[in-house]
Amino acid sequence: MFHVKHFDVIVIGGGHAGAEAAAASARMGAKTALVTLRKASIGVMSCNPAIGGLGKGHLVREIDAMDGIMGRAADASGIQFRLLNRRKGPAVQGPRAQTDRKLYRNAIQQLLAGEENLVIVEGEVVSLLVTGDSFRGVILADDTQLFAATGILTAGTFLNGLIHIGSKKTAGGRIGDSPSLKLAHQLAEIRMKGGRLKTGTPPRLDGATIDWDVTEKQPGDENPVLFSFLNKVPAVSQVSCGITHTNEKTHEIIRENLRYSAMYGGHIEGVGPRYCPSIEDKVVRFADKTSHQIFLEPEGLDDRTIYPNGISSSLPIEVQNDYVHSIVGLERAVILQPAYAIEYDFFDPRGLTQTLMTRNMKGLFFAGQINGTTGYEEAAAQGLVAGLNAASRALGGDAIQFSRTDSYIGVMIDDLTSYGVTEPYRMFTSRAEFRLSLRADNADQRLTPRAIQIGCVRPLRRGLFQKKLAALDAGKQLLSESMHGPKALRAAGIQVTLDGGRRDILRVMAMPGVTRAQIDSLEPEAMGIDPAIRTQIENDALYQQYLDRQDHDVAALKKEELAVIPEGFPYIGLPGLSAEAANKLQNRQPETLAQASKIEGITPAALTLILAHLKKAKRAIGK
Amino acid sequence: MDTIFALASAWGKSGVAVIRISGDHAFDAVEALSGKLPLVRQASLRRLVHAGIFLDEALVLLFEKGASFTGEKSAELQIHGSVATLKAVLGALGVLPGLRLAEPGEFTRRAMENGRLDLTQVEGLIDLIDAETEAQRRQAIAVMSGELGRKAELWRKETIRAAALIEAGIDFSDEDVPDDVTDEVVALLSKLKRSISAEIDGAKAAESIRAGFEVAIVGAPNVGKSTLLNALAGREAAITSEVAGTTRDVIEVRMEIAGLAVTLLDTAGLRETEDQIEKIGVARAMIRAKQADLRIFLMDGKEDLPIAPLAGDIVVIGKADLGQTAGATLSGLTGQGVDDLVDQIGERLLFKVNSPSLLTHERHRQAMSRTLDALDAAERVLQSGGMVEVAAAEMRRGAMALEMLIGRVGVEDLLGEIFTRFCIGK
Repeated sequence: MFHVKHFDVIVIGGGHAGAEAAAASARMGAKTALVTLRKASIGVMSCNPAIGGLGKGHLVREIDAMDGIMGRAADASGIQFRLLNRRKGPAVQGPRAQTDRKLYRNAIQQLLAGEENLVIVEGEVVSLLVTGDSFRGVILADDTQLFAATGILTAGTFLNGLIHIGSKKTAGGRIGDSPSLKLAHQLAEIRMKGGRLKTGTPPRLDGATIDWDVTEKQPGDENPVLFSFLNKVPAVSQVSCGITHTNEKTHEIIRENLRYSAMYGGHIEGVGPRYCPSIEDKVVRFADKTSHQIFLEPEGLDDRTIYPNGISSSLPIEVQNDYVHSIVGLERAVILQPAYAIEYDFFDPRGLTQTLMTRNMKGLFFAGQINGTTGYEEAAAQGLVAGLNAASRALGGDAIQFSRTDSYIGVMIDDLTSYGVTEPYRMFTSRAEFRLSLRADNADQRLTPRAIQIGCVRPLRRGLFQKKLAALDAGKQLLSESMHGPKALRAAGIQVTLDGGRRDILRVMAMPGVTRAQIDSLEPEAMGIDPAIRTQIENDALYQQYLDRQDHDVAALKKEELAVIPEGFPYIGLPGLSAEAANKLQNRQPETLAQASKIEGITPAALTLILAHLKKAKRAIGK
Repeated sequence: MDTIFALASAWGKSGVAVIRISGDHAFDAVEALSGKLPLVRQASLRRLVHAGIFLDEALVLLFEKGASFTGEKSAELQIHGSVATLKAVLGALGVLPGLRLAEPGEFTRRAMENGRLDLTQVEGLIDLIDAETEAQRRQAIAVMSGELGRKAELWRKETIRAAALIEAGIDFSDEDVPDDVTDEVVALLSKLKRSISAEIDGAKAAESIRAGFEVAIVGAPNVGKSTLLNALAGREAAITSEVAGTTRDVIEVRMEIAGLAVTLLDTAGLRETEDQIEKIGVARAMIRAKQADLRIFLMDGKEDLPIAPLAGDIVVIGKADLGQTAGATLSGLTGQGVDDLVDQIGERLLFKVNSPSLLTHERHRQAMSRTLDALDAAERVLQSGGMVEVAAAEMRRGAMALEMLIGRVGVEDLLGEIFTRFCIGK
């Protein structure tokens, strides 16, 4: 059968990047098609059954602040919620949840089903339709042609995917799924530079064969903190994880069999992440450690499968059996699915603009692991950026960009497009130089106003957010107008010097060790503020004096980010610009002055010159 | 935006030197040093005083926002053009809140951003900026291969180590990383701070001794260094004798060469010795020679000296009056070649005057002060049981200030340190 259909945006792939991209595009009002090999696989978690964590939790909150779906799906399926770094300050706290795989997948599929502008197409994309250097659509294996102004490729690990178990190699994108070879071949032709990365998973265990009595228990938080700003309490019943440890015997088995490992036997050329080492890596690199922690994570409420987080491997199945059985509590554990390492292609993200559109093919966007990242959250955040931009471009709107100064999303996109990757890229809070202001708790304050403005927020969220903002403003005004001298502060038990001036409550709140009761005694009306709003006000006040100091840096960076260099800027032959600098700039095509400044060897003089020409061009247009 | 300042006229001795200040705090800065502000666009004579010390008498000019070279609030200080005065005033400005030395081309860039320059004017200035940037780059490389570079490299390692300990606890708190690292980090920070303070104090002392250029005469014993000094000074400043090792301490003679204030240093002859006093003299000679702005290596053609000439140093063969050494062109005794040597010294120093190495020196001192300030803040936060993320932010600020000396400390370095030290990945 030969079909032709027309859309605004086509999303290829139904993983975490694809699902978020499709939802974002549809929310923007673009007629969107999501093409996936299997409808039932949309939203599958192919690695560990958890969402969030440090840095990653920030990303989920930001996706949610843009009215995305990942946070809501995680809340609907979360079976153990923990706020990491609970004892540290709010800037470095990250929400995390164990999720029920099946419930998560269902939640994503349901949320997508609720998008009226979205059509889900089951099929394999075998090639892209291209005119000149522009994306036109895709051809499916059954010869169906789908046309659209823009497309988003979220191929995950499926491009030339190669699964390793010991010395055994199988072509595949995920265990049980075939890889996308034809597409990989065509992409190779659009002259994007790429490379090969690897990642791995541990063996999956049958929970009924684990001796839980001898493992430690790790329960969730007493007062769970959820992902979405729309939710307050978990949707399903909560469980604990187990903790056990490897021991010297485990390490002995691994050392003896190292040569059979795909990694150490020389079968893998891809680079793996340093922060997610296989158990082989841990034993070799940290030889003096006699034990490593393993989290036994349940994959679902009515699923016996256990994900033993911490022992990913590419050893042969017999060796996996041996080392698993050497671990306390796992002596009789049955492996349901062996551990494996997977190698896959990625494309150098420096070939993308900050909207994640490929520079070599107009209208084609890349999101997720294909860009060299790892993690569901990193993938979904890119999906969001690509989805919003693909839709905006298809509908004739402006580019939607995120900045290092406003979000972790902005940090990630800038890192990827400016520096590229050398190992699978994962978010960490330490990557964000403005970490004290980019918090998980204020993601909505940072991003939702903009999301409302670009039109990707539904009325429900908009209403809740505006109400919250009004309450915050009223609370802050009340507290900032409540002034107290040093004597009054001392009477309330707050140690200040007597020669200091009067302080408002917002400043007093941020002083170390000040309690709510002390604040209440100074300003009784504070008791009338909703506790959640009050916590938010406290978080905002806490870092204020440090944020004031950062303002200069933020302003300076923003200014450079706003200096947009138009495509086709005439670097070559620009008077005063050295040939070397001109060539570098010509090759990299920075989008803004901020990006140009990150290119090695670009001097202040060169930047000044570019800026001068930008100003001149602007004035010429102004005339 | 920071308020920036820089010397607008050339370095070295001159009648008048002009320091330009631009930004929101420009008037505050002038007020801090000179007391009462003059009316805008009216030159007024003011006494510049900082920390109770009189710096110079200056002609002060203020320009309102929108009516200055950069378009920002600006001030000009016209001061006496001696290196000592320049250093003192620039140093005083550097410690005022919100002020920092301008980056290459920054005045121009601000002027352009505020629409005060047209493109041809900018293009005309590009070469100038490039030259300055290039000179700074060369200077940075020189620093990196020197003593300060080695120290800075160590500070960098230690700062990253301290920050990585904190960051590991933040980003990998649910993994096998040590829980309370406060003591270890505070110990690291204290050590770092001591080391950086010592360097800053050293830099200050060296500057107050100077107030001009130092030119050291170095060489093996009894090659005629003291005789040369006396010939240059035109008087018997140093005792000369036939006995090797006569000069033991460093002898200083102040004079003027090519209009520049120069302190000539006669140093002990460099040799292995058992004499305790001479030993100290040799050690001093080595230190002062290394610190000097220029070295004259007086040779007799066969020596093997423990220090090598740096680029730009002068190497001459002496005792030409004896006619025993091939290539000898100089004799302190007869005065042969002394005028040529003076010309050569003047030439080399003038070259240095026109390079921004002195400015870079001040820049380094400021970078170290900023690092110290940030590490100090981090230490205080940790010791008072404050928030680790705030301590981390302070350390990041410290690391960024260090970038001035050693290039970027990227987050990748930090992550690299974490992943090498701790087994991350559950």
